Amino acid sequence: MTTLTAPPTSTTPAAPTRAPGGNAVSQSLTLAWRNVVKIRRQPEALMDVTLQPIIFTVLFVFVFGGAIAGDWHDYLTYLVPGLLVQTLLFATSGIGVALNNDISKGVFDRFRSLPIARSAPLVGAVFSDVVRYVTSIAALLGFAAVLGFRTTQGLPAAALAVLVAVGFAMCLSWVFVFIGLKVRTAGAVQGIGFLATFPLTFGSTALVSADTLPGWLQAFTRNNPVTHLIDTVRGLLLGGPVAEPLAWTAAWGALLLAVFVPLAMRAYRRRV
Amino acid sequence: MENTIEASGLELSYGTTRALDGVDLSAPAGTVLGVLGPNGAGKTTAVRVLATLLRADSGSARICGHDVAREPQRVRELIGLTGQYASVDEDLTGRQNLVMIGRLLGFSRPEAHARATDLLGRFSLTDAGGRPAKTYSGGMRRRLDLAASLVNRPRVLFLDEPTTGLDPRSRNEVWDTVRGLVDDGTTVLLTTQYLEEADELADDIVVFDSGRVVARGTSDELKHRTGAQTLTVRPVDRAHSPVVAQVLEQVTGSVPSTDARGTSSVPVPDPALLGPVLDQLTARGVAVSELAVRLPSLDDVFFALTGSTTTTPEASLA
Repeated sequence: MTTLTAPPTSTTPAAPTRAPGGNAVSQSLTLAWRNVVKIRRQPEALMDVTLQPIIFTVLFVFVFGGAIAGDWHDYLTYLVPGLLVQTLLFATSGIGVALNNDISKGVFDRFRSLPIARSAPLVGAVFSDVVRYVTSIAALLGFAAVLGFRTTQGLPAAALAVLVAVGFAMCLSWVFVFIGLKVRTAGAVQGIGFLATFPLTFGSTALVSADTLPGWLQAFTRNNPVTHLIDTVRGLLLGGPVAEPLAWTAAWGALLLAVFVPLAMRAYRRRV
Repeated sequence: MENTIEASGLELSYGTTRALDGVDLSAPAGTVLGVLGPNGAGKTTAVRVLATLLRADSGSARICGHDVAREPQRVRELIGLTGQYASVDEDLTGRQNLVMIGRLLGFSRPEAHARATDLLGRFSLTDAGGRPAKTYSGGMRRRLDLAASLVNRPRVLFLDEPTTGLDPRSRNEVWDTVRGLVDDGTTVLLTTQYLEEADELADDIVVFDSGRVVARGTSDELKHRTGAQTLTVRPVDRAHSPVVAQVLEQVTGSVPSTDARGTSSVPVPDPALLGPVLDQLTARGVAVSELAVRLPSLDDVFFALTGSTTTTPEASLA
């Protein structure tokens, strides 16, 4: 993480009791701590990422499982990697809502008037959302395990799957950081979040194999970054090719960062 | 010596609205500059420019000699900002808010806690320090916000309508705090809609209207500018008020008005007329319980300058 702090351009002595300067990483972690404290104070803030994976699992496995796979148990195995990524995507859109609230309540004005790295409030928000991501994954895998889901590739591979998924979510969350800074109201942020995540998750291999889709949709699905991530997670949990989808996932993650971090920073600087 | 706050020719537009239309401001170290004006006059916009939250379209501003546009980080090390709306995090406790800011400023954990303890004590929030800020009363919230802006011991403090919506007791507490800070050498820029507040705290006052400074000076200078002073006389015995009115008319040549309590007042061109009035009243055996030459209130001044009355505290609370 590079700090965006301007280099000191003056040799005037600092205020009498100026604290030793913090750095961008510790400032981001401090602001991440702030968000985690808020979650601890209001555990209901994690309700969406806890209940949603469970409800989706029940809906998809028992409503569609028989029709799609002939047997709900077989479908559960296919579905878990897809649901894992889907719930993660829904969890990422929450960051835009939270940032929008911070701005409208004036909390960000305080941060902006402090001599800290410009990126710190945004990076801190992205870091702290890891709590939400891990919670949603734990809820999903826990519930799936109760229904009989088992990984076949061992615990280290499963841990890597979680790591890759969380890492990608942190890259994707910058898209929602940008949207959260650009859009006026928290409600609108949420609406845009749903509009973006539905086509990405349903137009992927999350729920069905791409082979069953019409040609034009296959083209979208096969190039959808979410598909690459799901294939990676599926490979790491259940076996199958990992290297290629992992490389695509990493490339997409890097691309999202390269595009949306600067956009978000610019929007943050301009947001009044 | 250079002024601690120095701004010249600040202009800023939102679309077609000119929020700042060539604003000049200056405040020497250790003084309070009061920025007075009705809602929408550009007070908050000016503060946001000086506090590096907004960039002016043109013009320049310096805090302790540092340009707000070119050296914003340096300026941020020197300032504290208390916004029009308390910008503490409602979900955190008072202590957590202060510790968070200390940590952001590079304090170690023990240092940040020590500073928080110190500030909570100073603002009578020690007992409430462990409670989330959203449970605080309006006055406590404002005190916490003020404390939050003091963690870095700023040389310049911006207070954007610090007492709007506060009850008189909380308001007085804020005033006392501001006076204490100024005694310690802090320079304060205070925006307010309340003339009384500017009168109480500010060394210099600028009056904003429609993005422009329409008047500046000390409170007394501004009062003198609108001209007429008022001579008021109240006899001990209300039965004497016709005599008082007669004397006033003789000496000043204007017809005085008398209120229900028997106090007569009349505009006077020269405070020296006080002597003849007193002599005449003494000669006629009228005992006086109140005799004063009063400058016009800042309210009168404000009305004369902007053509609008200020919002009364009661109205803004509604």
